[in-house]
Amino acid sequence: MSEKSLNLNLRVWRQKNADAPGKFVTYKLDNISPDSSFLEMLDLLNEQLIDSGEEPVAFDHDCREGICGSCSLTINGIPHGKGRMMTTCQLHMRSFENGETITIEPFRAQPFPVIRDLVVNREPFDKIMQAGGFIDQRIGSAQDANALPISKETADKAMDAAACIGCGACVAACPNASAMLFTGAKMSQLNLLPQGQPERYKRAINMVDAMDANGFGNCTNIGECEAACPKGISLDFIAMMNRDYAVAKVKRFFSGAA
Amino acid sequence: MNLDPKIPDGPLEKKWTTAKANYKLVNPANRRKYSVIVVGSGLAGGGAAAALGEQGYNVKCFCFQDSPRRAHSIAAQGGINAAKNYQNDGDSVYRLFYDTIKGGDYRSREGNVYRLAEVSTSIIDQCVAQGVPFAREYGGMLDNRSFGGAQVSRTFYARGQTGQQLLLGVYQSLSRQIGLGQVKMYNRHEMLDVVLVNGVAKGIITRNMVNGKIERWAADAVVIASGGYSTVFFLSTNAAGTNVSAAWRAHKRGAGFANPCFTQIHPTCIPQEGEHQSKLTLMSESLRNDGRVWAPKKKEDCGKNPKDIPEEDRDYFLERKYPSFGNLAPRDISSRAAKEVCDEGRGVGPVVAGERRGVYLDFRDAIQRLGRKTIEARYGNLFDMYENITGENAYERPMRIYPAPHYTMGGLWVDYNLMTSITGLFAAGEANFSDHGANRLGASALMQGLADGFFVLPYTLGNYLGSIPPGEAGKIDINDPAFADAENAVKESVGKLVSIKGKTSPRSLHTALGKIMWNKVGMARSKESLTSAIDEIRALRERFWNDVLIPGGGDELNIELERAGRVADHLEFAELLCFDALDRNESCGGHFRVEHQTEDGEAVRHDDQYANVSVWEFTGVGNKPKKHVEPLNFENIKLAVRSYK
Repeated sequence: MSEKSLNLNLRVWRQKNADAPGKFVTYKLDNISPDSSFLEMLDLLNEQLIDSGEEPVAFDHDCREGICGSCSLTINGIPHGKGRMMTTCQLHMRSFENGETITIEPFRAQPFPVIRDLVVNREPFDKIMQAGGFIDQRIGSAQDANALPISKETADKAMDAAACIGCGACVAACPNASAMLFTGAKMSQLNLLPQGQPERYKRAINMVDAMDANGFGNCTNIGECEAACPKGISLDFIAMMNRDYAVAKVKRFFSGAA
Repeated sequence: MNLDPKIPDGPLEKKWTTAKANYKLVNPANRRKYSVIVVGSGLAGGGAAAALGEQGYNVKCFCFQDSPRRAHSIAAQGGINAAKNYQNDGDSVYRLFYDTIKGGDYRSREGNVYRLAEVSTSIIDQCVAQGVPFAREYGGMLDNRSFGGAQVSRTFYARGQTGQQLLLGVYQSLSRQIGLGQVKMYNRHEMLDVVLVNGVAKGIITRNMVNGKIERWAADAVVIASGGYSTVFFLSTNAAGTNVSAAWRAHKRGAGFANPCFTQIHPTCIPQEGEHQSKLTLMSESLRNDGRVWAPKKKEDCGKNPKDIPEEDRDYFLERKYPSFGNLAPRDISSRAAKEVCDEGRGVGPVVAGERRGVYLDFRDAIQRLGRKTIEARYGNLFDMYENITGENAYERPMRIYPAPHYTMGGLWVDYNLMTSITGLFAAGEANFSDHGANRLGASALMQGLADGFFVLPYTLGNYLGSIPPGEAGKIDINDPAFADAENAVKESVGKLVSIKGKTSPRSLHTALGKIMWNKVGMARSKESLTSAIDEIRALRERFWNDVLIPGGGDELNIELERAGRVADHLEFAELLCFDALDRNESCGGHFRVEHQTEDGEAVRHDDQYANVSVWEFTGVGNKPKKHVEPLNFENIKLAVRSYK
């Protein structure tokens, strides 16, 4: 429990809708408990705005415990703020100073257009998944689960990739707005597992193509994505995706389908 | 109201097989003529949408989040039960069935629960096949852990994020069908009404949350899979957006609501820190294996550093009251004991609304006995999470815990086929009432969601669609007056909400409702508390409709309008919950009536009067709802008293 409360200056991005121009507006917010979460602080800002007849700041949020991937703010220039391995909703106000000015923006990336204020459209992630982020398997037709032993190492590695919450911080952190960490993680989870082998190379091509088609940039090995990722997804998965994609292209070339 | 449960005849283990053998089928070539609407994209809704899309039906799926991958199923931590008996420890379908009936305090249907246990094994097969990375042993086989209420290890898990992995599995199946064009997904759409044409569900009305557009959607059948209603308490472990609206609006159109008073309060959550807190975070119950629960004996010690409170002034109240179970007393007992201590003024932690709401969960003795390393290995991630939220180091200072609303067993009444009392309207997952009785066992929510979505609805909904002649399929006209009426009613209510322009924010009204519900309808309920809660809810509802303030209009992204609509529904629903709690003159499972307890504070059931389902019919806002009863027939299991001593 912390005792002292915080008085803050909040520089918040306000934008009426996708077509309207946006701008920063500064609000003063006093008496914030250091124990409140960042989103609870924004709840209080909104209560203050509503009380004074202004429109509240729209932002995405849901589970408020770091797993649903809804929250998506860039705080003082960093997606999800300065906390390591955590989402905005897990960030608490005790990591800010009394009197501090906090700049709050939406995730900035061309493929994620702003819908309103701090809310962005991340449907391009869904599009990448729809292109190949699955195993073609008919529901109800599976064999016994233990008929296919999978080594603990493989299962653990697939789980490391599967921990991605699809928040988009990797894209917002990347100067190229690349979605390769997201796509690499989703693809590698399936490509590592024996169940994912039959469609491994088709999946690689389809997901990468969807990534490009949705306007995401390329990877230039900067590593900002890994640093911003609240789940610590490793750059290794980008390497794995690149390898699968290259093999897929070669296979396609020699099969005459290129 | 027709409450025929339609449970197939015959022995328990043959019922589902018999039902499937008798269900009508739709010819594969004809399936594309039929359309289905699914509201919700969690394990139940997303699973049903994917499975039905795969079968060839035209599916439209709606969710209020920005992607189906965000549904609240994602937040489940512990695991999913299945009667695989991979541990060779005596598990079986029957045992899982028996544990679930007993855990539910004998208030669920034998037929439904047996089917749940029966399909549980297929769920694990299915999830593995679609790439869910469950935990494994070194030999490559699936690992299991044990969970509360069971004497076998039947829980499958994926680290501490099983719900996430299962939901992503569903999302991947759903994405495949969306990519194939079999399912059309509508994100950021909120269902605001069900449309009945000649008494049969034929569509819904939604609000597009980005531009405010109110739209009509027609289908041959509608599935509600919109989750539970714990947010009626405002503070709960549920995601901020979860709500009762879809289920409530279906209820207002005639769907019976069953056992709304069956709500589950989880004992080990991080306590409220201030008045403006938005949610409570659950910590695994496993902490009670090594932590000792206590509160100061003297009120004046409550504000002290716990280190300065000598041993003789500490009250290890669970060990004192329940010597044989001690700190591992069941959820409901532990929760109520903590509340009683705080009500006596012996709670610890920050003062919130004039009261300290928390008790200590102390690892000092365990650290002394086992060493810090062992405790770190067992609970390190939980201690980290606790420190991140509270700023306190639980190795140095005892944790503070307090119970919080977590899950709701009640929901829309459904028959064996998961159809509500409205023809053509189905309910699945936490939104229905069917499988958990008065109390849900750990790791059974994920099981039920996937059972309903992947393995039950694809059969039962097909059976219903099979009763509609192919020539009539998909012939619903959204220009039918029923659609126009429903749309106008929705538009009117949205218009009314934004035009009130009062002085109070929807959030503060929700907080006020939460306080009434927690204090009077929470862990301990009495005739007196429930009666006064109903009065207070009515007064608050009146205040809401006179004084709510929603900035902005209806034709834009308006977060306060969304919230207000949900709060408005909670304000009506809360009253039903109270009526049900008042009517059920017994204590069972999550429903504890102080009038019905033993001298030691244990729940007293009245099987002679209440071994049944209370199903409520809507009779207008502010009117007493009409009660119907579905008797529960126990043919296989003998009703017994759950004893904890």
